[in-house]
Amino acid sequence: MRDRFTYEITLLKQRLQQLASSSRNALVEASNALQTMDTARAQGIIENDMCIDAEEVAIEEECLKLIALYQPVAKDLRLIITILKINTELERVADLSANIARSVISLSAHHCAIPNTMDLTTMAKQTDAMLKGALEAFICHHPEQARAIIQEDDVIDNLNHKHYDFAQHLLESQCPEMCSALDTIAISYALERIADSATNICEDIIYLNEGVIVRHCPQL
Amino acid sequence: MNTVNTAEHMVNSKIKVRNLSFYYENGHQALFNNDLDIHENAITAVIGPSGCGKSTHLRTYNRIYSLHRGQRAEGEIWLDGVNILSPEMDVLSLRRRVGMIFQRPTPFPMSVFENVAYPLRLHFKLSKREIGDRVELALRDASLWEEVKDSLHKSGQELSGGQQQRLCIARAIVTEPEVLLLDEPTSAIDPVATLKIEDLLLRLKERFTIVIVTHNMQQAARISDQTAFFYKGHIIETGPTQRLFTTPKEKQTEDYITGRFG
Repeated sequence: MRDRFTYEITLLKQRLQQLASSSRNALVEASNALQTMDTARAQGIIENDMCIDAEEVAIEEECLKLIALYQPVAKDLRLIITILKINTELERVADLSANIARSVISLSAHHCAIPNTMDLTTMAKQTDAMLKGALEAFICHHPEQARAIIQEDDVIDNLNHKHYDFAQHLLESQCPEMCSALDTIAISYALERIADSATNICEDIIYLNEGVIVRHCPQL
Repeated sequence: MNTVNTAEHMVNSKIKVRNLSFYYENGHQALFNNDLDIHENAITAVIGPSGCGKSTHLRTYNRIYSLHRGQRAEGEIWLDGVNILSPEMDVLSLRRRVGMIFQRPTPFPMSVFENVAYPLRLHFKLSKREIGDRVELALRDASLWEEVKDSLHKSGQELSGGQQQRLCIARAIVTEPEVLLLDEPTSAIDPVATLKIEDLLLRLKERFTIVIVTHNMQQAARISDQTAFFYKGHIIETGPTQRLFTTPKEKQTEDYITGRFG
């Protein structure tokens, strides 16, 4: 019975890693589409999002099946709960990447350029680095790496605030670049939410390895 | 100060086991320096693999082992501040205070009514009416009254397995003991009857201190407040059940409850 459970858990982890790869790929693709204003690439991200949604549901069903059939406890229970939660975060990352892709299409349709003062590409790279690190920390069971990544979220939050202030300034100034303000703020907001998802994943990794819920704790 | 620790310290211990060791007739040592606090009006589950000393430990709380010559317990078991292992302890009065229910239902070969009335007649001098009232009350408390009220004079051995076990619980609680010991009380009955007994125990803990030995990990997780994990006669870990089943401190506990050994 234990062998069967171990086998099923291994398969489940592999499926989650594949979903993580797909979701991260959506973010990287969105970042590339943003940099090159490639609408075909952006359209591809939106179309692929349905497959990620379906996989998220399938992984959730698998988690529920394992809980019902094996009634796991201790680390086994924490692992399945963590997988369930990371699964939701990854689907959200893909959704937000699709939102970025929609904004790229919108910017392109209105022939709007992103103002130079808004460094969305750097923000996208930093966000992706957080997500990549979080997924590595999950695979390698590194709660300390997860803790370090959580600290990086403030950098992304500050960038988002800066972008928001700048977009507001653009709208007030009525300058020609104002047409891009709403889409760029939407992109910045989506990246900030993806960084939040990476932070949530890191908090789940700490719970998985140490059994402590650190959400809402100022001291990690 | 840690609030959890404060709350823990506020809980009254009904039984305090200190440095308890146990030996069988052949000199085999079954328990090694057990220390355990049993909280009052709570359910404590004792878990561990077969032969780890769970039942042996439980059997020291009412000294039922002393029915077998040559078995001996060393150390201290304090029940409300009195060491029940002391030679001066009146074992009969101890067993009235500490009732026990076994794995297989053990109804006496007599009627349902007489099964429950028997300990009353043994321990108290009561009128017929008082006995009748207390038997009814015990059967109600054991969630059995509605099922047997019209057949009180039927043999207790004609009841179903689950009913027989509840009859034994009624017989154990009719003398108003302070502690109830249950040694795998549901391992011989079906899942529906098991859930009835679990519901019953959850209600009874308001009046009694309950210690249950169980092989059923889910049962321990469902109904107990505290859990003690035994292995090879040693207590490896004790603590609040929720904590022990989500974040055990000891690797042996983790390995056992996740089915990696045992």
